[in-house]
Amino acid sequence: MFQIQQGVFVEMSSQPFTHIKPKKGLQLIDFRELVHYRDLFAFLIIRDIKVKYKQTVLGGLWAIIQPFFLMVVFTLFFGKLAKIPSDGIPYPIFNYTAMIAWTYFAGAINTSSNSIVGSGSLISKVYFPRVIIPLTSVLAGLLDFSLAFIVLLGMMLYYQIYPTILILTLPALVVLMMLTAGGVGMLLAALNAKYRDIRYTVPFLVQFWMFVTPIVYPASMVPERYRMIYALNPMTGVIEGFRAVLLGRTEFPGEMVLLSAVISLGLFILGLTYFKQVERYFADVI
Amino acid sequence: MSTPIIQVKGLSKQYHIGLREKVTRTFREAVTDAFMAPVRNLRNLRRLTRVEHDSPDIIWALHDISFDIQPGEVVGIIGKNGAGKSTLLKILSRITEPTSGEIRLHGRVASLLEVGTGFHPELTGRENIYLNGTILGMRKTEIDRKFDEIVAFSEIEKFLDTPVKRYSSGMYVRLAFAVAAHLEPEILLIDEVLAVGDAAFQKKCLGKMGDVAHQGRTVLFVSHNMPAVRELCPRAIYLTDGSIALDGVTDTIIEHYIKASLNKPPHEFIIKAAAGSGKVTPLSVVIRNGKGDKSNVVDMDEDFTIAVTYQIHEPINNYHTFINVYSTDSTLVFGAATWDTHGLNPDVVSQPGIYTCSFSLPGHLLNKGAYTININGQSPGKGFIYQEENAATFTVSEFGGTGGAKSRNRPGIIRPFITSDIVRSDRGDMDSQT
Repeated sequence: MFQIQQGVFVEMSSQPFTHIKPKKGLQLIDFRELVHYRDLFAFLIIRDIKVKYKQTVLGGLWAIIQPFFLMVVFTLFFGKLAKIPSDGIPYPIFNYTAMIAWTYFAGAINTSSNSIVGSGSLISKVYFPRVIIPLTSVLAGLLDFSLAFIVLLGMMLYYQIYPTILILTLPALVVLMMLTAGGVGMLLAALNAKYRDIRYTVPFLVQFWMFVTPIVYPASMVPERYRMIYALNPMTGVIEGFRAVLLGRTEFPGEMVLLSAVISLGLFILGLTYFKQVERYFADVI
Repeated sequence: MSTPIIQVKGLSKQYHIGLREKVTRTFREAVTDAFMAPVRNLRNLRRLTRVEHDSPDIIWALHDISFDIQPGEVVGIIGKNGAGKSTLLKILSRITEPTSGEIRLHGRVASLLEVGTGFHPELTGRENIYLNGTILGMRKTEIDRKFDEIVAFSEIEKFLDTPVKRYSSGMYVRLAFAVAAHLEPEILLIDEVLAVGDAAFQKKCLGKMGDVAHQGRTVLFVSHNMPAVRELCPRAIYLTDGSIALDGVTDTIIEHYIKASLNKPPHEFIIKAAAGSGKVTPLSVVIRNGKGDKSNVVDMDEDFTIAVTYQIHEPINNYHTFINVYSTDSTLVFGAATWDTHGLNPDVVSQPGIYTCSFSLPGHLLNKGAYTININGQSPGKGFIYQEENAATFTVSEFGGTGGAKSRNRPGIIRPFITSDIVRSDRGDMDSQT
């Protein structure tokens, strides 16, 4: 036993050193720590995916039903009845392309904003980088997004609409969408830990946000001179970008996407920074 | 002297407890109050996380704690509820941050504040092993390596691919503990996890904890289970009200802890007003331990006395004091009367004055536990002069046990010391076995 103790002692020089003290000033993200916890990150994402449709009849079909039936309803009311223009694209596919991005975004914000409070029992008992929690929701949502995307491919075949070479920029657009969802998600999750009003604000915010995003109508309906202000909403660039690269009937909104990219990156940094500043008291207020 | 693996310096942690809300009296007040609520709520919520030094609603869960722990030490942390034990572990495991002070840790820390943290009921045993393992800070490769060992320890091989929500609570706990027990950090923090499962499994857990300790790891063990602390930890730290009261050899610390936790009630029970005719009034009850000191804790094997002091206000014939001793479940254990010694004689008259009668009780009488005493004064045949229920309480402890019948938990209300003979009878000779 003595030898074992000696062994531990020798090992100690290579042991990680932790200095615990009240944190002051700006907290930066610790990438080395995140790398250490990457397995946890992976298992949490797997958990979210596996658990999501457990004990349901339709299972993964739910990922398709939601955006698809909303598209049907919107087509009936906005496309047929209100005759909202759709940039010369058949309204169903015009709307569905936006819908899959929006369903992902709304879902990610919803789950991530409640994630910290919902993981209270975990947070008050074990240490791990807290930021994993809201980001898990953002990443786990990608599976549903992919399922809904397959339906879009089917619709494209049906309408004989084929993507342009610009489809190569699609991954970048998806990343923008995730950055926005992640930034807003972290911000709301951190706020929600202390101010539970957020839980009631989110559904309202999501609805409101949906109407200032070109989902049921094209961005071209917004007067030219307001368009850049309109594009301050990062989801505008993402969705108009989706339409341009997937459906190929509209010009790629370069300026809009660029502005969206700047804003979503800014939102992500803001969300992350705020989260890092306040995560120290999560265990005390949850 | 090697460098301490854990160095805690001047550690303090402050918590805000909510201020009592003002009660509104009029309708108008209630309405204004409702409209002002958001402003007030915002102010209260903001204050939750602010450090203040002089406010009526703050408590110091820890106040200026300092200690060092050497590599390989196994240290018990004891103290009553609210003494700051769990807060200390939470800061050490970085769940919450201190208000002031600092800690230096040289090594990987794993904390076991509750087994089964992060278990998801819908996931299978296998999936939960990985999820829980990574939550506790293990890498996937590490879990792969120990997987079979974990499964064997938990004894749930057959149900590995069943969702844990279908597990019995025993299986659940076994699996959870198995994962936690296979962590291999340099520093292990454990909070009361042994208080789960059946006796056999608890024993297994204690054994595993002992192994961990013997592997030269550093362990901090918070528990109310004194035998477990005594068994596992050579050193103990005793916290009271957020400060270190004592730090040293476990046996000594536990002795102080038990004495402090039992000696809280007064040593003398003063009786204010008893039900009765008023001819005689009881004044106090005092219990003295074997050394003759006033105490309401007596050791199992020592003699002790229960003394009732009373005042006689007018001459009274054949006056006697009676005590009844009850266990905590309200079972009457025994009664004793002064007439046992002094006899019943209707002609004896007690004159006005203050008297004390002492009942001498032998050691090896009561089992450990708490007891209450009811007293009454009576003239047999003429009814009660006074009655006082719950006049006093005392505790029989088995502290200071040195083996044999003493240091074992044994059921029953009484615990007499019964001598025994052992004789071997199959040989025909009568050699007694020693």
